[in-house]
Amino acid sequence: MENKIDELSRRDALIRLLRVAGAGAGTAGLGVWLSKHSFRPEAAVASAARRGHTVPADLNYPQLAVLQGDDPVALVKEAIRDLGGIQRFISRGDVVLVKPNIGWDRTPEQAANTNPDVVAEVVRQCLGAGAKRVVVTDVSCNELRRCFQRSGIAEAAKQAGAEVILPDPSSFKEINLQGEVLHAWPVFEPFLNADKIINVPVAKHHALTGTTLGMKNWYGMLGGQRNQLHQKIHESLVDLADFVRPTLTIIDCYRILLRNGPTGGNLEDVLLKKTLLASTDPVAIDAYAAKAYWNIDVDALPYLKLAAKRGLGTYEFERLRTSVRQLP
Amino acid sequence: MRWLRPTRLRLLSQILFFLLFLFLLIRTEFRGTIATSGSDIRLPYPVGLFFQLDPLVSLSNALTGHGLYHGLLWSLVILIPTMFLGRFFCGWICPLGSIHHFFGSLRSERKRGKQLLESNRYKRWQTTKYYILIAVLVCALLGTGVVGWLDPFSFLVRSMGLSVLPTANYGLQAALHCLEQSRFGVVSTIGMGLHFVLGFVLLNFKQPYFHQGVWLGALFVLILAINLRVTRFWCRAICPLGALLGIASRWSVLGLVKNPEHCNDCNRCLLRCQGGDNPVGGVPWHQPECHLCLNCVDECPEQGLQFKFFPAQKVIGTNLQRRKVLTGLAAGTALVPLMRTAPGFAIERHERLLRPPGALDEEFFLSRCIRCGECMKVCPNNALQPALSEAGIEGLWTPVLVPRIGYCETSCVLCSEVCPTGAIWKITPREKGWSGDVGGPTTPVRLGTAFYDRGRCLPWAMATDCIVCEEWCPTSPKAIYLRPAEVIDLAGNAKQVKQPYLDPSHCVGCGACEHACPVQDRPAVYVTSVGESRSRTNQILLNRKKS
Repeated sequence: MENKIDELSRRDALIRLLRVAGAGAGTAGLGVWLSKHSFRPEAAVASAARRGHTVPADLNYPQLAVLQGDDPVALVKEAIRDLGGIQRFISRGDVVLVKPNIGWDRTPEQAANTNPDVVAEVVRQCLGAGAKRVVVTDVSCNELRRCFQRSGIAEAAKQAGAEVILPDPSSFKEINLQGEVLHAWPVFEPFLNADKIINVPVAKHHALTGTTLGMKNWYGMLGGQRNQLHQKIHESLVDLADFVRPTLTIIDCYRILLRNGPTGGNLEDVLLKKTLLASTDPVAIDAYAAKAYWNIDVDALPYLKLAAKRGLGTYEFERLRTSVRQLP
Repeated sequence: MRWLRPTRLRLLSQILFFLLFLFLLIRTEFRGTIATSGSDIRLPYPVGLFFQLDPLVSLSNALTGHGLYHGLLWSLVILIPTMFLGRFFCGWICPLGSIHHFFGSLRSERKRGKQLLESNRYKRWQTTKYYILIAVLVCALLGTGVVGWLDPFSFLVRSMGLSVLPTANYGLQAALHCLEQSRFGVVSTIGMGLHFVLGFVLLNFKQPYFHQGVWLGALFVLILAINLRVTRFWCRAICPLGALLGIASRWSVLGLVKNPEHCNDCNRCLLRCQGGDNPVGGVPWHQPECHLCLNCVDECPEQGLQFKFFPAQKVIGTNLQRRKVLTGLAAGTALVPLMRTAPGFAIERHERLLRPPGALDEEFFLSRCIRCGECMKVCPNNALQPALSEAGIEGLWTPVLVPRIGYCETSCVLCSEVCPTGAIWKITPREKGWSGDVGGPTTPVRLGTAFYDRGRCLPWAMATDCIVCEEWCPTSPKAIYLRPAEVIDLAGNAKQVKQPYLDPSHCVGCGACEHACPVQDRPAVYVTSVGESRSRTNQILLNRKKS
């Protein structure tokens, strides 16, 4: 062992030099590599995810069923039977998404959300037809846990065997809706993964369009700043309906909210209609309900004509094969 | 039976009470259930338990309200035994004390050998807490609840609830996200499993955000860090609850007896002393400083120290100096009028001072509110935030509703349920009166009134349809009404839009309109406090019709 203070052996000096040179070269190399990878951060590119959920038309069955009766469960059963039975719509192994309106922190009596009994029966029907999973969800406006709980829908759907999903901010996906006014929007993922989608809105008053029915219910699949959609409401509604193309639309008119919608709150605004509408035509059913309960003509709801032009259905509901029944 | 030492029992008690505290704090949250759909939502656990056990909160509540609010009588469960036994609460129960105990027992460069012994001897500055106690009680008597700035539970709930837990939630969610997004199946499965477990015990449903979270957290860390110099500095010198319990234990019948014949001046009893109460031989014991942690008894190699009932030895009491007591009194007396010479309280109320539903009129509110943050922790919309200057200096950390962050949910009264002092008086959804399903009184609780900024409102300023505010308005009839108007758009075409107006007779000031307004940064509709039902003076209209 040498003990000289000021001299390093040539070998040691060389090793040390090599070590430093290696580190220096590495640093330089890394720097050069990184300098070639500098990109301006871009928002994630929205993916296209359009898929149809409709089933083929069948001339043997009516296109619109109107049922009246005391028991909401029976109304659902009979309406689906009239349209050809649940097997026509749901195949064994399907993943079904049932989309009620769970938008507001209200109880069932206030009719701001879909009737829980109606939702539960739709779930049971789907499971009875052999659906693999039935998901019930909505992106609420009010605090969503309160909405899911106080609407009674979460409990009823869960008991019927559905998977109730509370929207989590991390499960939205940026999707290009390929619409005329709607392009990249965050869509709640269960809506992208379903084989069949059943729309189960409740019929309510709305100040901007006069009424909110089936097509407006699709607001509930979006995240993001959806409070902008009102600015072009008719075009937005059609873009959304075009994106989803549901298997079936069931409008809950058991209780309808005549005034102060879509939030309501006052039982005096609620009318007990004990009716249920079901249709494979998302345009006609909206046109029918608007005329039947608010006496709003097609001309006052431009979105209906826009939707018809887009090939989503017909607004001439009078020309549909319709079955109207009163349950005993 | 060495594991059954009294100090072990004490440690067990500290751990259990700390876990109970943490559990109740985490559960001070509406978690919702999809198992039942009961429309009346309550919290399943008595989350305010520790406040109800706190004699300081009770005493200040009695001084301000001349009565004891619901549940505060439970504090006698602590106060009465303290009179007999001493400050067992500080050593065995107090969760903040236990945190200090933990940090005080960490190894520290500043507390080694002789330094450690010296730091644990009684110091004159330990009397500071008594003067603080006097000052805050005088403040309470004169009408301001600043006792909550330093009450240990207010301090702990505020620090943990508004800063530590939200930070933990943010960090854990980010970490779990990383794990779950992993390309390795095993890692993402572990991540999902962890997420499930943590979601059950700790994570929030939604990330909470709080104004001043950083400063509240920094203050908390600072107070804990002082333990590395002086063990339990907070408990010895600051805590007004400790001071109150010290005074209450003045005539306690349990005391430390030092046997001088067994003492060989080894000073080991000072090693782990928590209260700085001089358990050493040769000097008298400072009874009100002792936390009854029993470390000295445990440590003494000669068994020369014992806690006995009815001890005969001379002890020292609170050791107060008359001059400083008078200073404390004077400080408290001067503080309230001093703080109120700023115009905020009496003359120019801050326009955005929106208080939670059920809050008492500002004068009573400020006197009862202990700034604990329970209401902010529980609010399901994250709407309640700690005030910085909106309510004046004395209103620091009192709750303010910030509609842009969250509006007041129509039938929710959880803040009034958790308020330990009645600053937010307990109300039912029916008394709140915003929702038709519960019936309602003739006059609803109003938080304020909404106003339009027509220069920013789309139908008014940009010839564009909108009315999201009307859609969200929860009252029925709606407080926002629409008038069709013909406007000229940019191209010069006439166009029909619906323009919103506000009807003050139905507006409850919930802030849903402001929250929902698509003008994202400074909304075109906003709520100010004028018209709040708790105030007789902060009003606009001569006659405001009942809803």
